[in-house]
Amino acid sequence: MAGIPHDHYEPKTGIEKWLHSRLPIVGLMYDTLMIPTPKNLNWMWIWGIVLTFCLVLQIVTGIILAMHYTPHVDMAFASIEHIMRNVNGGHFIRYVHMNGASLFFIAVYLHIFRGLYYGSYKAPREITWIIGMLIYLLMMATGFLGYVLPWGQMSFWGATVITGLFGAIPFVGEPIQTWLLGGPAVDNATLNRFFSLHYLLPFVIAALVAVHIWAFHTTGNNNPTGVEVRRGSKAEAEKDTVPFWPYFVMKDLFALAVILAVFFAIVGFMPNYLGHPDNYIEANPLVTPAHIVPEWYYLPFYAILRAFTSEVWVVQFASFVTGGIIDAKFFGVLAMFGAILVMALAPWLDTSSVRSGKYRPMFKWWFWLLVIDFLALMWLGAMPAEEPYASFSLIASAYWFAYFLVILPLLGVIEKPQAQPETIEADFNAAMAKKAAKEAGTAQQPAE
Amino acid sequence: MTIKTLTLAAVTALGLGATGAMAAGDAGHIEDVDFSFEGPFGSFDTMQLQRGLQVYTEVCAGCHGLQYVPLRTLADEGGPHLPEDQVRAYAEQNFEVFDAELDDFRPARPTDHFPANTAAGAPDLSMMAKARAGFHGPYGSGLNQLFKGMGGAEYISAILTGYTGEEKEEAGTIFYENTAFPGGWISMAPPLDDDLVEYADGHSTDLHSLSEDVSAFLMWAAEPKMMARKQAGLTGVLFLVLLSALLYLTNKRIWAPVKKKAKQAAK
Repeated sequence: MAGIPHDHYEPKTGIEKWLHSRLPIVGLMYDTLMIPTPKNLNWMWIWGIVLTFCLVLQIVTGIILAMHYTPHVDMAFASIEHIMRNVNGGHFIRYVHMNGASLFFIAVYLHIFRGLYYGSYKAPREITWIIGMLIYLLMMATGFLGYVLPWGQMSFWGATVITGLFGAIPFVGEPIQTWLLGGPAVDNATLNRFFSLHYLLPFVIAALVAVHIWAFHTTGNNNPTGVEVRRGSKAEAEKDTVPFWPYFVMKDLFALAVILAVFFAIVGFMPNYLGHPDNYIEANPLVTPAHIVPEWYYLPFYAILRAFTSEVWVVQFASFVTGGIIDAKFFGVLAMFGAILVMALAPWLDTSSVRSGKYRPMFKWWFWLLVIDFLALMWLGAMPAEEPYASFSLIASAYWFAYFLVILPLLGVIEKPQAQPETIEADFNAAMAKKAAKEAGTAQQPAE
Repeated sequence: MTIKTLTLAAVTALGLGATGAMAAGDAGHIEDVDFSFEGPFGSFDTMQLQRGLQVYTEVCAGCHGLQYVPLRTLADEGGPHLPEDQVRAYAEQNFEVFDAELDDFRPARPTDHFPANTAAGAPDLSMMAKARAGFHGPYGSGLNQLFKGMGGAEYISAILTGYTGEEKEEAGTIFYENTAFPGGWISMAPPLDDDLVEYADGHSTDLHSLSEDVSAFLMWAAEPKMMARKQAGLTGVLFLVLLSALLYLTNKRIWAPVKKKAKQAAK
């Protein structure tokens, strides 16, 4: 691996040398596992491992479920019940898969917001960030496709609404929608291709995850200070880092075990809490549910989609300028994808010379406001499309765009950043000294 | 201290007021019922499931099917747990199914499912206890479900006991006022009444008992593996807590020399 200088794999025995000269796979594994990692990574750096675990978990449980599932409109719903009632352990595997999607998205949101706070997206990690955004988009697509498979009411109507978004594209929308659905409406052809793609995309994600890891193993990890690892010599680099194995492997595994304990409690004791009751009713094209609500992890972007109605002046303006080509529906679609696009462009929109939000006094406020904004949008996405929620959604959507398009570029110019530590070693030592002082303080207390 | 108490009281009052306001909406009012199967350690009451099965068979089955529930599962442990010969007798006596091989109807066997029933246009009840939720608040956040459960069984029970006795006719259909039903008017005539079913075990047969029994049975029908699921969840949690403790200690020990060196360097 390029980047931080460190020890490399040296084949010693004859067979090792034989293999290494033909396929350096052991060397690749060694270098990946022994990558120098900043000592001072905090608990927000555990989500990468959690996400990798989620991907494997979803693929393994998904492959088992696919063995018992029937992608046909007349049999899909019944085949899920067959899994729930007749397949050995099927009910548990299915609930793990269902809730595994939620764990996946909780982890990815924390992972993304960690990157936004500590400036992990900034040079030289833009490629890592962009690949990450692609993975996130594919996750959304995969989650949506998977949610259609049980062929419940929300599956069917969710599919109808979401594919309808493509129908909003001017001129070519309707042919595209028909092409995606394999017919004029959501039907057997749709279910079949959704099943096929739901099986395919996770492997595309797996490939992108490899690229994502490759990219940040080339640049090295970011860390809470945002200060780069010194890489003048191996000795210097070793002052700032420890090898990934065993230090961070063990730390991450500990965190993963704690998270999985909570996950198992949810799967075991309240597996339907995050789901929607309507999906236990078989899909019926003739009956529309009272509220069509997407899964919780889409709600923030669903709120943005719905916020731009034809009463909003920006929408009216866009419609007027384009001679009606951009109507409210298409504007909403653009806004929804735009919300993710502006986030993907963060590396170029953030003008600050300081990487970590820790040393940016003004940035911090705006960042936490963005977190609150995100949670507010999530709540608003689940509310009916009426006042006062519509106005709230509009304000919250506006802030999302303002944060990336206005606040990030401006802050870099007007903000006066605080002093950063010289090195990662200095930051780590200072934190340890603080801890030692605290320990000494508590150790003295009983004597008082 | 006093300020804290006051704040707490104010917050609680606000919270209660808010919940009341939500309940008054058109979602219908659902009472929380203390079912035996609730919570991480709750389990189905075998006797109650058997009574509920009786109510379903004698009353509900007239209009509602249970097409996804295999009859043989009536013998399952953690469920109604009927002896196998009783299940066979129950299937034969109560249901006829169409056999494609015979090209004719024959008495049901344990390997068959409960039949579907679409005669009166009534919905299938197989997953009804999961297809409805009782508690949506506060503010539509669904947080109440964390404490009271999803409320599917409560919803069924509330519907069965929620009739006010008022009726109205609209476009040739009679609707019955029901405090639990969204919108307030339901097309199902009140199906249960005090002592409509006679229990062999002498259990109370008032309207509330009958409703709760059949709701519990329908919860089982919707989630027959609930006991196995909770067991697996609990085992998983216990082992993962143990694993967490071990990994915590391992991690601490691995990092100790690195941290010690840093503490010394900082002095």
